[in-house]
Amino acid sequence: MADGKPRVRVPKTASAGEQITIKTLISHKMESGQRKDGDGNPIPRQIINRFTAEFNGEVVIDVTMEPAISTNPYFEFDAVVPESGEFVFTWYDDNGDVYTTSSPITVS
Amino acid sequence: MKDALRGVLAGVALSALASGATAQEDAKLIVNGEIEMVTTTTAPEHLEGAFREIRSGWTFRTPETQALQMDDFENPAMIAVDRAQVVWDAVDGTEGNSCSSCHGTVDESMAGVRAVYPKWNEDAGEVRTLEMQINDCRENRMGAEPWDYGSTGMIDMTALISIPSRGMPVNVAIDGPAQSTWEKGKEIYYTRFGQLELACANCHEDNYDNLIRADHLSMGMTNGFPVYRLRNTRLNSTHQRFRGCIRDTRAETFAVGSPEFVALELYVASRGNGLSVEAPSVRN
Amino acid sequence: MTLSRRETLVLGLGAAVAVMMPLGAHAAVEDAIAAFTGGADVSEGGVTLTAPEIAENGNTVPISVSAPGAVSIMILAAGNPNPDVGTFNFGPLMPRQEASTRVRLAGTQDLIAVAKMSDGSFVQTSREVKVTIGGCGG
Repeated sequence: MADGKPRVRVPKTASAGEQITIKTLISHKMESGQRKDGDGNPIPRQIINRFTAEFNGEVVIDVTMEPAISTNPYFEFDAVVPESGEFVFTWYDDNGDVYTTSSPITVS
Repeated sequence: MKDALRGVLAGVALSALASGATAQEDAKLIVNGEIEMVTTTTAPEHLEGAFREIRSGWTFRTPETQALQMDDFENPAMIAVDRAQVVWDAVDGTEGNSCSSCHGTVDESMAGVRAVYPKWNEDAGEVRTLEMQINDCRENRMGAEPWDYGSTGMIDMTALISIPSRGMPVNVAIDGPAQSTWEKGKEIYYTRFGQLELACANCHEDNYDNLIRADHLSMGMTNGFPVYRLRNTRLNSTHQRFRGCIRDTRAETFAVGSPEFVALELYVASRGNGLSVEAPSVRN
Repeated sequence: MTLSRRETLVLGLGAAVAVMMPLGAHAAVEDAIAAFTGGADVSEGGVTLTAPEIAENGNTVPISVSAPGAVSIMILAAGNPNPDVGTFNFGPLMPRQEASTRVRLAGTQDLIAVAKMSDGSFVQTSREVKVTIGGCGG
């Protein structure tokens, strides 16, 4: 329905070298491939299989995901930001779709 | 029967002594570290004789459940808000309109709306809930099919519309043209229903903070509706909750969306005038 | 995806079967670790796995992993139909090699975290999570 709608929380400002906490969540059913439909046929797997966070082109975290990651995948992690710039978050769907969102941050 | 009931309620009251430890009355509700909520405040004037102070249902919950509402990344209701945001921007119906075609962004156009509903609609000559207003838009502005009153799409949309009102005080009007509806709601609130002969007031006014079996009775405030309930893992509307309560009295209940529940919703909302809009909240 | 109570029970049964066949499940975990380490020795400690002792809802169990100095951490759920959960790869902009997520657990089981350190060595830890599926809710 609204699969692939991302939500992120990144502070708008930080001081140089400050440790900031980032939270991300994306609406996604994460169909595990283990379930069967009403007629007993297996429901094919469709999950987000990879999540990445980059800052000004540099990798912060890169996560390989399996069906055991819960519905609406959530990640929380810290980052240090050396300068002002932009975080780019990307989610890769089994079906080939790529969802992305970005958040600017000003470092003073 | 009355004596028997008094016995039941006395039993309920006794068990309350053990329940104090689970209530987190002094906890502060700040959502996302920025939206400060008023969860305890002076009761509105019309409750004189009943309550001096009113408390949000949040204050009756365990620390674990309370925490779920303090961060949108923990609050499972926010998935419904995400869903509704997509619908808000999607064209539906014969007129080629989406919600945003007329209203723009939710944040700008809907701030304060949740706090004053149900509300008298002059043109329609009736008190309307958010659900009724949404369907009015769908039918008359969008040329779209109305949603079922208690459908997921409808409840999701009321959750989304509530977002920019979070932290604002509930402030429904009970005088003027809304007064007769309000009086009708009040009458329902104090009327005993069902084989158990229980009125809303018997639990939520006379016995709040007590245990009814394993459930910790709140004051029955609606400032957090729609609520995500851990019990059924979905959003629940005010009318669905009313129906559940009345069903538990072993009564034939009013229908979701019925004039009786609209009146009751206005009355119950007015009992919470002054509490912050918390919707969509998390309860058990 | 929302798992119904019945579907969750079925998953749980699958896990119970897996427990009754320790060799098969164990092999899958061993294989996953071997694929991650390339067969290198793995020592205990140096990686922390935080999870609730008792999870009321196996569909969404909050966990976090931490291993100072790690370049990546792999998480396994030994009792799931497929033990793989995911692998965190950390970039240089992370002040602490630590991350949190939410996982599905088919039943009470051991969670395992294996970290690859920057010097190429491997460390691991495990932790049991009791899952009370299908309780009365509350």
